[in-house]
Amino acid sequence: MEWLISLAIGVLTATGVYLTLRARTFPVVLGLTLLAYAVNIFLFAMGRLTVGLPAVIDKTATAAQYSDPLPQALVLTAIVIAFGMTAFLIVLALKARGELGNDHVDGLDTESDNYSNKEVK
Amino acid sequence: MTSLTFLSINLPIVALLPFFGAIFAAWASKINRLASAWVAAFVTILALAFLAPSIAMVFAGETLIQSWTWIPAIGLEFAFRLDGLALLFALLILVIGLLVIIYARYYLSKKDSMGRFFAYLLMFMGSMLGIVLSENLIQMVVFWELTSLTSFLLISYWQYRKDARAGARMALVITGAGGLALLAGVLLLGHVVGSYNLTDVLAAGELIRGHNLYLPILVLVLLGVFTKSAQFPFHFWLPHAMAAPTPVSAYLHSATMVKAGIFLLARFFPVLSGTPEWTWLVGGAGLITLLIGAYTALFQHDIKGLLAYSTISHLGLITLLFGFGTQLAAVAAIFHIINHATFKASLFMVAGIIDHETGTRDMRRINGLLKYMPHTAILAMIAAAAMAGVPLLNGFLSKEMFFEQALTASNSSVWAWAVPILVIVAAVFSVAYSLRFIHDVFFNGEPVDLPKTPHEPPRFMKIPVDLLVIICLAVGIIPMFTVAPILAVAVAGTLQTTPPEYSLAIWHGFNLPLLMSFVALVLGVLVYVMRKRLFAWHESGVAHWDARIIFNAVLGGLDAVAKSITRSFDKGSLQNASVWVIATALLAGFIGFTSVSAPLFGDRELMPVDGVSVLAVAILMIASVLTLALHRKRLISLVMLGVVGLIISLMFVKFSAPDLALTQLSVEIVTVILLLLALYFLPQTTPKETCDLRVSRDIVIAVLSGVGVTLLAMAVLTRDFAPISEFFLLNSVPGGGGTNVVNVILVDFRGTDTLGEIAVLALAGLGIFAMLQGMKLHAPDRDTGGRLWNSDLHPEIMQTLTRLLLPLMLMIAIYIFLRGHNLPGGGFIAGLIAAVALIVQYLSNGIAWTNDRLKFDMHWVIGFGLLIATATGLVAMGLGYPFMTTAFTYLNWPVVGKFEVASAIAFDLGVFLVVVGATVMSLVELGKLSNESHQAPVKPTTQPTTQRKLEQEAN
Repeated sequence: MEWLISLAIGVLTATGVYLTLRARTFPVVLGLTLLAYAVNIFLFAMGRLTVGLPAVIDKTATAAQYSDPLPQALVLTAIVIAFGMTAFLIVLALKARGELGNDHVDGLDTESDNYSNKEVK
Repeated sequence: MTSLTFLSINLPIVALLPFFGAIFAAWASKINRLASAWVAAFVTILALAFLAPSIAMVFAGETLIQSWTWIPAIGLEFAFRLDGLALLFALLILVIGLLVIIYARYYLSKKDSMGRFFAYLLMFMGSMLGIVLSENLIQMVVFWELTSLTSFLLISYWQYRKDARAGARMALVITGAGGLALLAGVLLLGHVVGSYNLTDVLAAGELIRGHNLYLPILVLVLLGVFTKSAQFPFHFWLPHAMAAPTPVSAYLHSATMVKAGIFLLARFFPVLSGTPEWTWLVGGAGLITLLIGAYTALFQHDIKGLLAYSTISHLGLITLLFGFGTQLAAVAAIFHIINHATFKASLFMVAGIIDHETGTRDMRRINGLLKYMPHTAILAMIAAAAMAGVPLLNGFLSKEMFFEQALTASNSSVWAWAVPILVIVAAVFSVAYSLRFIHDVFFNGEPVDLPKTPHEPPRFMKIPVDLLVIICLAVGIIPMFTVAPILAVAVAGTLQTTPPEYSLAIWHGFNLPLLMSFVALVLGVLVYVMRKRLFAWHESGVAHWDARIIFNAVLGGLDAVAKSITRSFDKGSLQNASVWVIATALLAGFIGFTSVSAPLFGDRELMPVDGVSVLAVAILMIASVLTLALHRKRLISLVMLGVVGLIISLMFVKFSAPDLALTQLSVEIVTVILLLLALYFLPQTTPKETCDLRVSRDIVIAVLSGVGVTLLAMAVLTRDFAPISEFFLLNSVPGGGGTNVVNVILVDFRGTDTLGEIAVLALAGLGIFAMLQGMKLHAPDRDTGGRLWNSDLHPEIMQTLTRLLLPLMLMIAIYIFLRGHNLPGGGFIAGLIAAVALIVQYLSNGIAWTNDRLKFDMHWVIGFGLLIATATGLVAMGLGYPFMTTAFTYLNWPVVGKFEVASAIAFDLGVFLVVVGATVMSLVELGKLSNESHQAPVKPTTQPTTQRKLEQEAN
């Protein structure tokens, strides 16, 4: 099982990194979202994988073991923050397109942007 | 601190009041231009009033210390101190500050922003007070740097002028760099003494002077002093700072900014002085500065330039006195600080009046002003005579003491016979330039080609000068009844012992100092008479030496080096920068992996694999690879991303993390809707990249990262560890009153972290709102296939269904919220569910319809959320517990039964509101954008065929 999860994290990282290195804003946002997933699972896995353990304290019968709550708390806020960041980034991308007329990450329109150059064609 | 009486807290109030006053002054200018001047004057008087009760205690010989612990672990205290020296400076800062405020109110013209001016001035005043009243040295350095920053703002007040900006930058660079050196010096001092408290440092003079680190400490502290007080070789920033409005010059260069360095010399006098190093460094810099300043001042044509170099020269004089290192020299230095502050402030104000009334400051054009402004002329003549050291004026008294000390010093070594002679040379020039100031401006024929016809200034512009000149006279004629008491306490505060015997009498009989004064006066007049020849000689050579050229060259060189380093990494391309970051991370990881000898994987027992997991992970991998492979077709790529997110939430279910599963699920929905909305305004496809090399490079980097992370994760997962969660599991119920440990951690154990996180979320929401304000984007009127959008924006079936669903979804949100402390759920998840419920309404019914029914502004929701969360923490503080302490109790509700109420639920409510507010605001703002874009006339040139052709090309 550990291999399976590690591989999943690896694939998410690889695809995330590749997309992050693209030249257009939208793939970069997707890439960063994938990277965020990878990081979240990685963080979560730091508490080791546990299957079928209670996550909530049982007051009547004391269970011998619980799933590790600390990484869960960390990841929970990480998920929400990642959402905030994605939202901010994508709006930044929109703003950049509005101001610069293209969606290149550096604002340089090296290739055709199918809307700003439309009239020219 | 035993009891909280007024006299145990007034010092920090004095120092911090101007900072708060600055806010009011800036705000008041919105109501009325002059209101900000009133506020500034009132704040200054208030600060004086707060200081007043302590004055008697200082005169009684006490040293007042008021301190609070700040960061006790590193010996840092928030500590203030008032002794004689601090009192003298505080009074100078406040009294001259008040006069400058009155003066500036008339000096500034209608187009100058009063609010900005007085706000800066008050902030500067507060910083200066902070320096002189600090007991803790680190705290003093903070205020020291604040004076650099605020003086930058003041000098560059006329931002549209290039010379003002350049002069301000130069002052900031020099004094800021000196401040860094001072910080290092103070840290070393603290290291040697073992305390940053001035009281301890002042008591440890012997220890410091005998320590190996004495010389580094001395050099670093002196770098701070010399840069601030414009001592050679850092003196050149001061004349360039004359681009500031004249009230600023009058304040900064008479009583405050440049005196901060001198203050520090006086402060550390008992600790650092008395060694040959001190005498050489301080005395040498002082002597050179004294001479350069006095000489250069004579050749300035700008009145303020003359005063600037004269200030440099007088600062050199004071530094030289401290350099002599004797107690009597220190007395003379303190005395001259007072005298210089009074006559120089009045002279700067006169210069400002002349500039104000004639429109120029060029002494070649301003002549014969006596008959146009006789009152001002008399004031100026008295002040200038004080500057020259004419008897019956305050400058004379301290100059006599100075000559006497120079003579005393001449006995100390073989070389020192030159000191009195050089001192006389400087005095000769000081007489000559003072004479020039009087003669050139007020006599010497008629004015030449003035922009304005000169006349007397408004009455209140002269009153501050009147007062200062009266002080010059009073101190000069009856020193024993005016300046003696304050001088005595200031000297006692400086020396930290009983002051030596000294006499303030005007007449000491015929002695050598008197003869020196006489010689200086006569020769000074002679030099002025022969000025034509001297001017010609000066113009031909020395005049072209300008330290600014060197400064600019050094700064320019530094800039070029920094730029070339930056450019070799960052080529203005995000892709490039990302590659650097990721490659560095890879390299660091590689080095980390290879540098340890332990086996890569541990021996923890692996879990068995089951078929469903394999299937899920396989889907996850396929979906993420497809996200990448199809990334040119953005919509499909986004759908794939959604699949990835859903599988991840299933994974959380599998691995016993129900809270995470719920969060991930709801976030996923919101994210996909958001990205879909945004995608509408972005190109629907990504063009093919031309550079194959880059693609293959990125593939290599991506694969390496993936492999690296896999190995890293595996290396961790195959090892056992001792979790620290035991504490949370044990204390969750007894301490936090909740059985859902994850939620208790979020709202209780680590509540402050969560507060920070919702603040980030709130800021993201507000940032999105701000960015989308007034933005118009062209929206395509056809989809990727070239088809028109469906004209039925809000299908009726969907509308009906979602309206029915709304109460149900909100109910679930409330349920999830309430049970959060004990069962999976809580503010974050409930907030997301509620947000989805609202967003669905917006989607199916349109923004206008929904806004009509949802009458509250999301800004308020976010604000209230943060407020509630913070208030919950503060309530605990108010009850005497640490910030964010929670309490809980059990209530018996009818019907519901025994119910637990934890104060954490209020905090969670804050979280809930922020999440709802930020999420809904982001999405609705984006939605509005599409609304506006649709209402805007669509460009008629869109041709579906072109569009489709482009698609094909892109694919």
